Amino acid sequence: MEKFTKLTGIAAPMPLVNIDTDMIIPKVFLKTIKRSGLGVNLFDEMRYDRQGNEIPDFVLNKPQYRETKILIAGDNFGCGSSREHAPWAIADFGIRCVISTSFADIFYNNCFKNGILPIVLPQEDVDKLMDDAERGANAVVTVDLENQTIQGPDGGTINFDVDPFKKHCLLNGLDDIGLTMEKAASIDAFEAEASQARPWV
Amino acid sequence: MSPKTLYDKIWDAHVAHEAEDGTSLLYIDRHLVHEVTSPQAFEGLRMAGRKVRAPEKTIAVPDHNVPTTAGRENPEQMTEDSRIQVAALDTNAKEFGIHYYPVSDIRQGIVHIVGPEQGWTLPGMTVVCGDSHTATHGAFGALAHGIGTSEVEHVLATQTLIQKKSKNMKVEITGKLNPGVTAKDITLAVIGATGTAGGTGYVIEYCGEAIRDLSMEGRMTVCNMAIEGGARAGLIAPDETTFEYVKGRPHAPKGAQWEAAMDWWKTLYTDEGAHFDKVITLKGEEIEPVVTWGTSPEDVLPISANVPAPEDFKGGKVDAARRALDYMGLTPGQKLTDIEIDTVFIGSCTNGRIEDLRAAAAILKGKKIKDGMRAMVVPGSGLVRAQAEEEGLADIFKEAGFEWRLAGCSMCLAMNPDQLSEGERCASTSNRNFEGRQGYKGRTHLVSPAMAAAAAVTGHLTDVREMM
Ligand code: SF4
Repeated sequence: MEKFTKLTGIAAPMPLVNIDTDMIIPKVFLKTIKRSGLGVNLFDEMRYDRQGNEIPDFVLNKPQYRETKILIAGDNFGCGSSREHAPWAIADFGIRCVISTSFADIFYNNCFKNGILPIVLPQEDVDKLMDDAERGANAVVTVDLENQTIQGPDGGTINFDVDPFKKHCLLNGLDDIGLTMEKAASIDAFEAEASQARPWV
Repeated sequence: MSPKTLYDKIWDAHVAHEAEDGTSLLYIDRHLVHEVTSPQAFEGLRMAGRKVRAPEKTIAVPDHNVPTTAGRENPEQMTEDSRIQVAALDTNAKEFGIHYYPVSDIRQGIVHIVGPEQGWTLPGMTVVCGDSHTATHGAFGALAHGIGTSEVEHVLATQTLIQKKSKNMKVEITGKLNPGVTAKDITLAVIGATGTAGGTGYVIEYCGEAIRDLSMEGRMTVCNMAIEGGARAGLIAPDETTFEYVKGRPHAPKGAQWEAAMDWWKTLYTDEGAHFDKVITLKGEEIEPVVTWGTSPEDVLPISANVPAPEDFKGGKVDAARRALDYMGLTPGQKLTDIEIDTVFIGSCTNGRIEDLRAAAAILKGKKIKDGMRAMVVPGSGLVRAQAEEEGLADIFKEAGFEWRLAGCSMCLAMNPDQLSEGERCASTSNRNFEGRQGYKGRTHLVSPAMAAAAAVTGHLTDVREMM
């Protein structure tokens, strides 16, 4: 997995609440058996008309947001399906950080497995960043995972929380499976015990 | 010992390793796999030269992207992409030696219907699947999560999931339900009360008399939509209804093992005085048949209500409501029962079980659907379909003018050709009314099976109580 240490880039505002996984990547794009190449279809139904032409009003189609690296979003971002195609599409587009007041649980976890940092902030901080993001290319934001800070364009700093284990994995680009396999002895022991206690499983 | 919740008990019985910060390896008893979220996971195993750690605990079935029309065993009948995904699942199931129900098998169906039906899902288990509606299995008092594809790979390789414990929420439905009110109305009413983010960070335990009175089918409907309320999982403590359902299923324990299992299962309830971080109580008598008017499952109203206005809401929801009304083509103040319907879909892991088909057929018996209405029933599994045929339900549907399909997810997510066209309006027994969920610019109203049947007959959203 790609490491996440410090990210500096343009932030795009998407103030809509309950942006669901069907909006992020409509199911017609779930037909792939690969992980890559979904970025062009990120937010497909909001981003293109039926003929495949870009809808100029959509934020990521505007010239100043085409290089967006950070998304500032409304409450409950990523609700709906467990499809990891949603974070795959986000990462493939080049967005590595999503900031909101809240995220759906499965989506939140899926982000960390794909080198994306989801950040939960209080409403007033999200409002502030949303305002900054409205200014497009004039508002470059820096997210520093090591120090758990977000630097706005006006120099103000916002601190954020992140689970220490998830932070460690993201900073070092660690693969969960490898880490878990180091604990194989615990799993073996558990399995042996459980097969005695609950043989019907 | 301090009193424990049901969630605490199942959690404690499955922690294989716990780090100081509480990050745990949760051992997984059952892993269900389908064709859409698994190919990349198997590919990952292959690339790393890893095996499936416990193939005997892993069950695969294609459902999301399979055709539901006759003759589908013939790959020629499938669209290119669905053929590729189903073929990948075939290959992966064989290569890694996991249990498999191909489309040609009568036991094939929606993964969350097949698991319980075959007795793979049992009380006290941990169950995962690369699908958010895995919450369904919580109806058995099993801790059941939806997971992403990386986690699917993690479970395949290690039979564990990295988890931190969630908070406990109790949702109590007291008293009795009125006639015409079903499990679907309960679960939608709860989401209406809590919002789609209300359960975020929690595992919900549903309890109370109205829940106890539900069949297993109804309980699965309730837990199925726990995820729509944002919860990681929904749970219902197992009781006689559960044991009765499980007994004799192909993969349920037998003989002495059954007795041993029962001894443990009977301890799976929340102890008197156990702590919940949040409690919500609804009165069963006050729940009405409900419908959704918008594009989020929290946009729920009793069928007797009118379409709301954006100004009825606060904060970010004002814009979301405006967008939803525009998308749905509705006018504030309009009566919900005046909304005309083009299509009716009965099926999905929420409402594709035998009891659901019975409830719909009871309304349809001797009636015809409205002229020009497109209506389809997609049973949740081949076995549900066979049983409905045996009980004469299939004939009722067909005589009423419904299409009688083969099992799969179908128009619940519209990956296969079963889709709404632009602007088409559907009364659907599924679980998501998101924009485009049932087809590009399609409009979805979530309802119970009986309400769906009523709408098919009248051609508009209808209070089923008037037809009983
Ligand atoms: S029926 Fe619908 S919700 Fe259920 S598993 Fe299939 S697509 Fe998902």
